[in-house]
Amino acid sequence: MLRLPAFALERPRTLRAALELLAENGQSAMVVAGGTDLLPNLKHELFDPKLLVSLAEIDELRGLCASAEGGLEIGAMTPLADVATSELARTRAPALAQACGLVAGPQLRTMGTLGGNVLLDTRCQWYNQTYFWRSALGFCLKKDGSACHVVAGGKKCVAAASNDSAPALMSLGAVLHFESASGAREVAIDEFFTGDGIQNKKIAPGEILTCVRIPPMPAGHRGAYGKLRDRGSIDFPLLGVAVRLDCSSKDVVENADLVLTALAAQPKRVKRASETLAGTKLGTPAFDEAAEKVAELAYQQCRPLANIPGDANWRHEMVPVWVRRTLAAAATEPNVTT
Amino acid sequence: MAALNLTINGDRLETAAPDHWTLLEVLRYRLGLTGSKQGCDKGDCGACTVLLDGQPVLACLTLAGLAQGRAVTTIEGLMPAHAREGKSGADPVQDAFDRCGALQCGFCQPGMILSARALLNANAHPTRAQIRAALAGNLCRCTGYTQIVEAVEYAVAVAAGVEPAPRAWETPRARLTDIEEQGTRRPSGQARP
Repeated sequence: MLRLPAFALERPRTLRAALELLAENGQSAMVVAGGTDLLPNLKHELFDPKLLVSLAEIDELRGLCASAEGGLEIGAMTPLADVATSELARTRAPALAQACGLVAGPQLRTMGTLGGNVLLDTRCQWYNQTYFWRSALGFCLKKDGSACHVVAGGKKCVAAASNDSAPALMSLGAVLHFESASGAREVAIDEFFTGDGIQNKKIAPGEILTCVRIPPMPAGHRGAYGKLRDRGSIDFPLLGVAVRLDCSSKDVVENADLVLTALAAQPKRVKRASETLAGTKLGTPAFDEAAEKVAELAYQQCRPLANIPGDANWRHEMVPVWVRRTLAAAATEPNVTT
Repeated sequence: MAALNLTINGDRLETAAPDHWTLLEVLRYRLGLTGSKQGCDKGDCGACTVLLDGQPVLACLTLAGLAQGRAVTTIEGLMPAHAREGKSGADPVQDAFDRCGALQCGFCQPGMILSARALLNANAHPTRAQIRAALAGNLCRCTGYTQIVEAVEYAVAVAAGVEPAPRAWETPRARLTDIEEQGTRRPSGQARP
């Protein structure tokens, strides 16, 4: 039985009230969205907040709608299940809808939110454990200790970004909207994550992610998300692959993007993927050949570490397999935006 | 300690618990509703599944304070709700689990039944794939998934007024053919490659 440490709970009904609570309480307060990651982490004594500010009752943070420019605006508190099943999301941002539909299991998708998934804490098999378990090893770089158990002698935490939504949003060029007591700011998700496993997000204390904006996709956009995990449900990714293919009216690839996750602290974009795939026509040997080359590029550019479960060498061998599979899935998906 | 006004199985209840107590702890240790099971306590197993406004959620990761103002349904509430509709006996899903032997130790059963109940409330005629997807957040460590899926199919058939399909243990030969057709088993009589 795992108990939560003692804390006070506030349930503000407006964003303004939540921001004021955060400003008043400083570092001793934490924000809780769906709670599906924060609560297990609190049970593992990874954080020690005096106050939890729940966003669950703030209606203005929930909802998914078409933006004026033809993209998408998704409130940070929109449940993952809603994003996964939304017809609008499935047509305008298929990779994101698929990624949200592959997060954990049905109950956790009902509870968990898109904003919470974007801001998910990095994960490591030496970190996401009880205090008792961690104390037996003398703790680790990310929490309470000074040694890394993944990289011997390592001085930089390499806990893995494990949020399925992040690579999909990166492939879609999403923008994150933050509010704080002192104002608002927007940041492109490409600029948001860092390589530091201890804190891989550029978010300031007192800030709340309120909205995720996805720009309009060109006609002929296709996307897919592929996820490697031990079981078909519940598990965090052992590898995540988000694919974007923007094609001409004749199904010739004009622009492509591949972003992989669950490797290190930030999702990784496969370099030279777009130029390799550009000019090939979907469903032809030329496309398959280019996909094979991209799989090889990804294999060369990725180095899975022993930071999450699953043999690191096996996960490395799975990189080209899942790049091929996800590219094939994107190529055979109906072209939904035309 | 904070006062909690909860609506559980249609009853309005007032109790009190510290802010950091989960809904599961309040159900089990304040209200004596021990049908919701405390398994992994960190969102992996689904044994604590309850319905919140009709949606299956994990009570071990729901703060009790956040369940206020929402309708909580636990396994204890299914039979009374069935009776309130003027019907006798257990909820059809509970009855189907009983008839199909969809349990061994029974620990996963309350969560399984509530996930299945939520599915059938939203979709009266789910396919086997939809049933498996809806139960994908509930683990059974006795590996009884075959009977569990069959039980949900049994409940679907009973609700639709059609003859339920034979259960696995009633026609072992037919099931074997079924598995062979799915390509998960080498056809009988065929030599090992």
